[in-house]
Amino acid sequence: MTGWLVRRTLQMLLVVFGVVTLAFVFAYIVPANPARMVAGPQASPAAVASIARQLGLDRSVWSQYLSFLGRLLHGNLGVSFALEGRTVASEIWGALPYTAVLAVGGIVWEIVIGIPAGIIAAYRPKSFIDRFATIGALFGLSAPPFWLGLMLIYFLAYKVSLFPINGVGHPLIWYMILPSFTLGIGGAAFYSRMVRTTVLQVLRSPFVEFARLKGMPERTILFRHVMRHALTPVITMLGMDLGYFLGGVLIIESIFGIPGVGQLAYNSISTLDVPMITGTVLVAAVFMVVMSFVVDVTYTFIDPRVRLNRAK
Amino acid sequence: MINLPESELNAAFGGSEPTVLSEPNFWRRAGHSLLHDPIAMCSFAFIALLAVVAVFAPFIAPFNPLHEFSNGLSFQGAPVAPNGHFLLGTDASGRDVLSRLIYGARVSLMVGVVATGLASLIGVVIGTVSGYVGGVTESILMRFTDMVLSFPILLFCVALIAVTGPSARNVVLVIAFAYWTYLARVVRGQVLSLKEREFVTAARTLGVGHLKIIRKHIMPHLLPTIIVYGTLGVATSILIEASLSFLGIGVPLPQASWGEMISEGQQYFQVAPWLLVAPGVVLILTVLAFNLAGDWLTDLLDPATRDMGR
Amino acid sequence: MTSPTSTTLVDVRDLNVHFRVRRGLAASRSIKAVDGVSFELSPGQTLGIAGESGSGKSTVARTLVQIIRPTGGTISLDGEVVTNLKGSRLRRYRRRMQMVYQDPYDSLDPRMMIREAIGEALAVRGLAKSQHKDEVNQLLHRVNLPASVATRYPGQLSGGQRQRVSIARALAVNPEVIICDEAVAALDVSIRAQVLNLLKDIQRDTGVGYLFISHDLSTLRFMADHVAVMYVGRIVEYGTSDEVFANPLHPYTKALISAVPSVTSRGQMRLKLSGEPPDPGNPPSGCPFHPRCPEAIDECRRERPELLMTSSGQRVACHVVSARQRKESAKGSA
Repeated sequence: MTGWLVRRTLQMLLVVFGVVTLAFVFAYIVPANPARMVAGPQASPAAVASIARQLGLDRSVWSQYLSFLGRLLHGNLGVSFALEGRTVASEIWGALPYTAVLAVGGIVWEIVIGIPAGIIAAYRPKSFIDRFATIGALFGLSAPPFWLGLMLIYFLAYKVSLFPINGVGHPLIWYMILPSFTLGIGGAAFYSRMVRTTVLQVLRSPFVEFARLKGMPERTILFRHVMRHALTPVITMLGMDLGYFLGGVLIIESIFGIPGVGQLAYNSISTLDVPMITGTVLVAAVFMVVMSFVVDVTYTFIDPRVRLNRAK
Repeated sequence: MINLPESELNAAFGGSEPTVLSEPNFWRRAGHSLLHDPIAMCSFAFIALLAVVAVFAPFIAPFNPLHEFSNGLSFQGAPVAPNGHFLLGTDASGRDVLSRLIYGARVSLMVGVVATGLASLIGVVIGTVSGYVGGVTESILMRFTDMVLSFPILLFCVALIAVTGPSARNVVLVIAFAYWTYLARVVRGQVLSLKEREFVTAARTLGVGHLKIIRKHIMPHLLPTIIVYGTLGVATSILIEASLSFLGIGVPLPQASWGEMISEGQQYFQVAPWLLVAPGVVLILTVLAFNLAGDWLTDLLDPATRDMGR
Repeated sequence: MTSPTSTTLVDVRDLNVHFRVRRGLAASRSIKAVDGVSFELSPGQTLGIAGESGSGKSTVARTLVQIIRPTGGTISLDGEVVTNLKGSRLRRYRRRMQMVYQDPYDSLDPRMMIREAIGEALAVRGLAKSQHKDEVNQLLHRVNLPASVATRYPGQLSGGQRQRVSIARALAVNPEVIICDEAVAALDVSIRAQVLNLLKDIQRDTGVGYLFISHDLSTLRFMADHVAVMYVGRIVEYGTSDEVFANPLHPYTKALISAVPSVTSRGQMRLKLSGEPPDPGNPPSGCPFHPRCPEAIDECRRERPELLMTSSGQRVACHVVSARQRKESAKGSA
């Protein structure tokens, strides 16, 4: 078990390292004039030159790389020129809580809508509710989040003042309902279909049949056996959700005016604030790698088969 | 007397054979299955329609999508609602929405198909090489794939565009560079299990060279997966392109793109909701059509992997 | 041990296939799938290899066609050492030893027409594409299949037909040896007889040698000239088919043979074989059969028996048999 843990940790660190390197390559090697990208399109030639010196662009690639790593280790993600020299790191740190709340909200919607919908659809296959859930799921999967968000704002916040149109305020939850719903609906759609498939399989399995023959009440079967199997793929997917979310918040935060990491990235796009963009992407990627590691480790505690497999 | 076609007999009494593309019965069975599935039929019909519209856009669109009509704006300078002249109204610059939608189909389909095609090419090559050769090569290639996969796909594309500059070509390249990873992983998995199949061992025993084995025995078995992931990939690519255009870093103006139209419609939704609804509906229908088509193809070609993939 | 004569087709000496299995970070154990196996095959003859699952017989087969590399020992074909070939020499060797596999469903590519599958072998032989069609029809005729099969797909054929196609494919490269790895095990009994007779006909006509691997002794009795019985990676008995079946010496062989239902053995006591074959990664000490052996003596637990020739010309690896032999020869010379 410890053997596997050590290997997995090393692997995670290796991937983080690789991600960081990739970010370096794309930020400093690929662009024709990295200094200008960092300094910004408005900067004077003198400023660009000084930045070039700062980044050590006159030095070899290796020493640039090493100083890049060094800066990272000090938590220095660069300086955003668009925001009057505020550091990327501090901006991200400040924006993180809003994004976190949004993400949690999205997951809540996914679970609250997706899992019950999937279970109900599986218990009544081919029924009206099943078909309705399937169509809803397909819609949720295909609708681009930005369009959905705008529609929701139009109908629920503008036409009917049920929710605030945008921004954040008190109570935060109220302001987060629409955006987190928009974020989570895609995942909810995906989960509902996956849960439906898994539950259908489980309901047909021999041990459920046996439980029924034993006379176990349907509800107990549901909660004791079915749920456990339905949840396993969900937990796997929760890890991958992050990737989807981190992309989604970009657009959703900008539509709903939430000052999170996504909006930071969005704003930095229009100004082509490369340090901010690279900084956010790097943080997002590293976060994803760490999260997938956490999910992997959690798996060991949830699924005994996995635990035994890894202990060998 | 039971009168079943041979394939049904085999299916009933024989082993569980995977659907064979080159079998003579296959197309008949596929067509049969399609005719009985109205949803899939509609999806394919829609895709065909879209393709026609995209290819023949100059002949179908009522107006020039770039032209700003003087009668396209109301007296106050606001967009004009759908009427007999402008079937879907005009946008904030007085351009005909319907024509822009039609030309937007070109952009979406072109980006979707080319980006997915490129991604498939890269993904299949890398997946096959790592799965077949194994060893250190596989480890390196898969580690690299994992690293690229670690980046959330939209953010990744956004960052790359920011660095390389928005253009149609860059959008295609960026999406391809993000999407190949999904195919590479799946293909590698399949190649790994295909390698162990007895007919591959038999071919090796015969003395057939490795390249020939890959070409004649492994690639044909990969075809269903490639088709399925390709179809779903077009849906994903179109969504990403729309997202990029929405953010303003996709296909640059004044070319019409659905995502960009939605972004513009955002500002005017109180005054001119059709600006938001029209491109949105078309986008949803397109992505939906490709998703449904991909689903149907999955059921037909690879029943073992139903309901997988976003 | 008889030394390899010039008429020996295949000569295997001390073949070893050891797999390393990692346990955790440090420890690893080796699984001796094949442990010191030696045998010969003469041209036009059939050597049968009998044994249960885990005995290593399939591993031997795969080593001979170089799908698995042996960790020790030598394999010679027609006097030429072919143990660890690479590159073009390997490719040339491959044509000389072919294999027919157990699973009729998986050994043919479901996406290839029969004509293409056999054509693949013909291409390896170097035959021009224009001549493929005729040659395929000839080969199909050879295995008693109609020419219409050529344009079918494996999914449209029965198990017996597929095995015939596999045989045709193996014949296509004109091999000197064909290894049949449980080639009829998956077929219905009535079909089995047809395929076995076909194999015998082919051997009579072409003089090809067979290495026939089977767990079914009645099949081996029919097919094989010589028989080698394997247990946990080693040969425990080796002799001509007549000798081994009429007069089995090793207790394992005796048990296997008595388990075969026979019309003639009325009222004969069935030797019961208890327990299961041991895990090849963790075999018992000494003679690996001793925990299940009804005749085991002390020595069996301590020392591993060597494969020794008996007075009748059979080779057996058993302390009990060796002891009995010594007693008899002592009696004889006394």
